[in-house]
Amino acid sequence: MAELLMLREAVERFVQNGDTVALEGFTHLIPTAAAHEIVRQNKQDLTLVRMTPDLVYDLLIGAGCAKKLIFSWGGNPGVGSLHRLRDAVEKGWPRALEIEEHSHADLANAYVAGASGLPFAVLRAYAGSDLPKVNPLIKSVTCPFTGEVLAAVPSVRPDVTVIHAQRADRKGNVLIRGILGVQKEAALAAKRCIVTVEEIVDDLQAPMNACVLPTWALTAVCLVPGGAHPSYAHGYYERDNRFYQAWDPIARDRDAFTAWIDTHIRGTTDFAAYRAKIAQQQEAN
Amino acid sequence: MSAHLGNDYSTNEMMTVAAARNLGNGSVCFVGIGLPSKAANLARLTHAPEVVLIYESGPIGAKPSVLPLSIGDGELAETADTVVPTGEIFRYWLQGGRIDVGFLGAAQVDKYGNINTTVIGDYHKPKVRLPGAGGAPEIAGSAKKVLIILKQSHRTFVEKLAFITSVGHGEGGEHRKQLGLPGAGPVAIITDLCIMEPEEGTNEFVVTSLHPGVAREQVIENTGWQIRFADNVAVTEAPRAEELEALRALEARTAAAHGQLGGEE
Repeated sequence: MAELLMLREAVERFVQNGDTVALEGFTHLIPTAAAHEIVRQNKQDLTLVRMTPDLVYDLLIGAGCAKKLIFSWGGNPGVGSLHRLRDAVEKGWPRALEIEEHSHADLANAYVAGASGLPFAVLRAYAGSDLPKVNPLIKSVTCPFTGEVLAAVPSVRPDVTVIHAQRADRKGNVLIRGILGVQKEAALAAKRCIVTVEEIVDDLQAPMNACVLPTWALTAVCLVPGGAHPSYAHGYYERDNRFYQAWDPIARDRDAFTAWIDTHIRGTTDFAAYRAKIAQQQEAN
Repeated sequence: MSAHLGNDYSTNEMMTVAAARNLGNGSVCFVGIGLPSKAANLARLTHAPEVVLIYESGPIGAKPSVLPLSIGDGELAETADTVVPTGEIFRYWLQGGRIDVGFLGAAQVDKYGNINTTVIGDYHKPKVRLPGAGGAPEIAGSAKKVLIILKQSHRTFVEKLAFITSVGHGEGGEHRKQLGLPGAGPVAIITDLCIMEPEEGTNEFVVTSLHPGVAREQVIENTGWQIRFADNVAVTEAPRAEELEALRALEARTAAAHGQLGGEE
């Protein structure tokens, strides 16, 4: 049974220094509030897994929380580069970052394998690509029935996965709607899973075949309205495209970035306070 | 901004229209974000209303009225026939052999239609770190055929890629077959200057159609290898009124919705 907790307590208890952490959400339902809380609590030496690092990992990398990144596409969608990621890769700031690079199909399969309790995933991939030359974990396996040589990649099995969802009921059952990405697989592949939600309701009113994660498969459920901003929560709020654009100059400069997280994240007690601060600034402008 | 040819349309519009024409009605198309998404949706709004657009975030049969800024915009889910998990998209629909056309962009291509979206310079000491693979390597491998769309310059059409992210025709000739890749690989590269297609036998990309008003010298100057021309080089048909109208309306709706355009300009 998942515990209904404050996000602060969930991160304190279930995200440890040195953990392998997956914050998933494929441009939709990105668990930003959880990333902020990890920065606030200054978790260290994390191995971060995420298909699309996006702003959440730009933030964690720039804040010095990460020692390694496992990913398959690292950009600011519709805008350009992730400058904190690039600075860490190219210049080792604020610390050296080891990268382990895959393709989407590889990581998606690796999450499925992780959720399936398998040590590796098999897929038809990478023939002729240079990625296996720079990632020794991409290996091959020969089909015992046909002799076909296929790609074999290690499954992803995080210590803790964090996802964001639309709603949970009071028992901690969670409903996800819209673009599902690899959220379900990432949740089930992990030893521990924290879910932040827009609202907690008496009845999920989940249609048949809906994507529901049962409470007994989760560790903690935390009420964090708006917790996926600047990404979106289908049915609740839209993607804040302007924030993605505004992030570019903030992240481009080390001092600007550090000042931003000092003010907005380390300088706020929780995500609600952060949102209030952002709203205040928008009014002032 | 792109140059205007005469006063009628821009080179970018010519590129998008020419790319869109390659997409047959009813075909199942795996769409990359940016220029491919713009061209594929233009096809859907013009000559190919039955085209099935699949995005790696999970929508199957997306019919967006505005172009998505991200690969997982809500508009894609809301207008789709169904939305499935990303793992399923890659496992059942792509690897399962159900994609007719993979529609890809690129940071760089070489003469065999191999694509680099990973790094410029040395991988471990990069000059420029690009976003990486995304869905492209397996789309390039497993789609029955591939279309590539990108703007042409010395920096984008290079003799030797710093990194092969996604395979086209490999080292040319039969190499792609020898690699055991199921799909036929890239059948056209559409740029703001011309259309290139693989030459029979060598699978080297040669110019088969020049866009109106474009001279051979321009293509030669903007290609990092010694580009060759087919025996019969056509002139691309200029964008028709209905194509331009649909494209401009799509871009206007996108700009109104997002405050920016849904394709790399």
